[in-house]
Amino acid sequence: MLRIRCPWCGERDETEFRYRGDASQSRPAADAGLAAFSAYVYERKNPRGWHLEWWLHVGGCRALLKLVRHTVTHEIRWVGTAQDQPSLPQEPGR
Amino acid sequence: MTAEPNPEPVPTRAARESSGRYSGWRLLVEGLGGQRGWRPAWSKATPRPRYRVVIVGGGGHGLATAYYLASEYGIRDVAVLERGPIGLGNVGRNTTIIRSNYFLPDNIRFYDYSLKLWERLERRLNFNTMVSQRGTLNLFHTEAQRDLFTRRANLMRLLGVDAVPVTREAVKLLVPLVDLDNGRYPVLGGFLQPRGGTVRHDAVAWGYARAACQAGVDIIEHCEVTGMRRDARRVTGVDTTRGLIEADTICLAVAGHSSQLAAMAGLTLPIETHVLQAFVSEAIKPVLDVVVTYGAGHFYISQSDKGGLVFGGAIDGYNTYGQRGTLPIAEEVAMEAVTLMPGLARVKVLRQWGGVMDMSMDGSPIISKTPVDGLILNGGWCYGGFKAIPAGGMCTAHLIARDAPHPVAAHLDLGRFAAGLTLDERGAGPFPYAH
Repeated sequence: MLRIRCPWCGERDETEFRYRGDASQSRPAADAGLAAFSAYVYERKNPRGWHLEWWLHVGGCRALLKLVRHTVTHEIRWVGTAQDQPSLPQEPGR
Repeated sequence: MTAEPNPEPVPTRAARESSGRYSGWRLLVEGLGGQRGWRPAWSKATPRPRYRVVIVGGGGHGLATAYYLASEYGIRDVAVLERGPIGLGNVGRNTTIIRSNYFLPDNIRFYDYSLKLWERLERRLNFNTMVSQRGTLNLFHTEAQRDLFTRRANLMRLLGVDAVPVTREAVKLLVPLVDLDNGRYPVLGGFLQPRGGTVRHDAVAWGYARAACQAGVDIIEHCEVTGMRRDARRVTGVDTTRGLIEADTICLAVAGHSSQLAAMAGLTLPIETHVLQAFVSEAIKPVLDVVVTYGAGHFYISQSDKGGLVFGGAIDGYNTYGQRGTLPIAEEVAMEAVTLMPGLARVKVLRQWGGVMDMSMDGSPIISKTPVDGLILNGGWCYGGFKAIPAGGMCTAHLIARDAPHPVAAHLDLGRFAAGLTLDERGAGPFPYAH
């Protein structure tokens, strides 16, 4: 069970949240062309390590949160709002 | 499909110790001789510096691809590189179900081709993989779901694939364990695919490894790929923990880690890695002789020949490479089991494990060339890779040998995403965690 520290509601079980995928994807400019949009919609870095991702607190404040989580250890290093732009840790997870 | 003569001379190599032919007669003879005549089913090869084809990943798809390359397409200068020992990856971690009850006609054709290969597999491999066509029963619980399942069954029957409607009463006769009248999700009926069933998964790995080895393939265990060599246009070899191995063609069959290997060649794939859990109960007397899927959740169950109930549910739902799984899904799977079959409430779970898999962006697999010449991808199997092993191997071998997709797998091309031709069985959109 992941325990996610929501900035508004405090630490809650993962079952209150819904995963919404990779948060490092950013929408290309309108004139960026087909290849850029195809990559935006379909391609994922899928790292084995630290991952920036969206979680929706659907069973709580309903805010969309950004997390930095490790995809092997599941350690959650950082939780913030959708506007925050955290940098990913360099060291391996616990 | 006719075998064609080997277009190249078989390179000389150390004599391969043969495991011989398996038969009832051999069993008797070996029994009388104190079981001293058995030899290892496949040889532990040491890597040579160069092969025509290197297959990364000694799981079901990698071994099947190697076997069909050698036996069907006459390419024997092949190495299979496996990071650990054969059989400990996803080929030994699944719930062993085979079926072809899909929705999209192209997928129905592909998976039914696989089912037909399963039906002839034991004779072909000379190995008892325990293919058991005990039937796959999909239950429905609402009228809308009945309509959807009926539509799927009709699509299957139009393509000559078996799908039989089963009434509520017949469901009870077929699976007495099912509680038809649970208050929340009463069972209204089901569809049975009589040719569906289970296969002994470990035997599939061993059988293909043995047959590939006998056909001349080098199976190299404990050999992890650490880097990919390429020039501007094409791949030239792989760096491994056992040295550089050069190849004309490199095939990735490492579902769960496809993104990691593709990244070594500078590619980004339409794949996320997720974990799927599976469970086995203590062994009990025979209570379940078909594979049953529950329509009101994501749950499937069968009984192994040892008596254990083998079951599973949905993926955990977030990117992970952790081969273990977490408790919320374990709880959900247990709830679904007891809702469908209340009699299981006091059966103890013996083992639980997880396997990591490629969840593709549309929920369908990828057998394709890539933007890098000479690099072939077999991946994106989501949680349906096991049933597809024979067809996946045959079609990947065809793609490598003929430089063109196999007719039943042409739709699985990587280019379908950019072209807007996604194969979205469930209509869930480009969200891997939703498939």
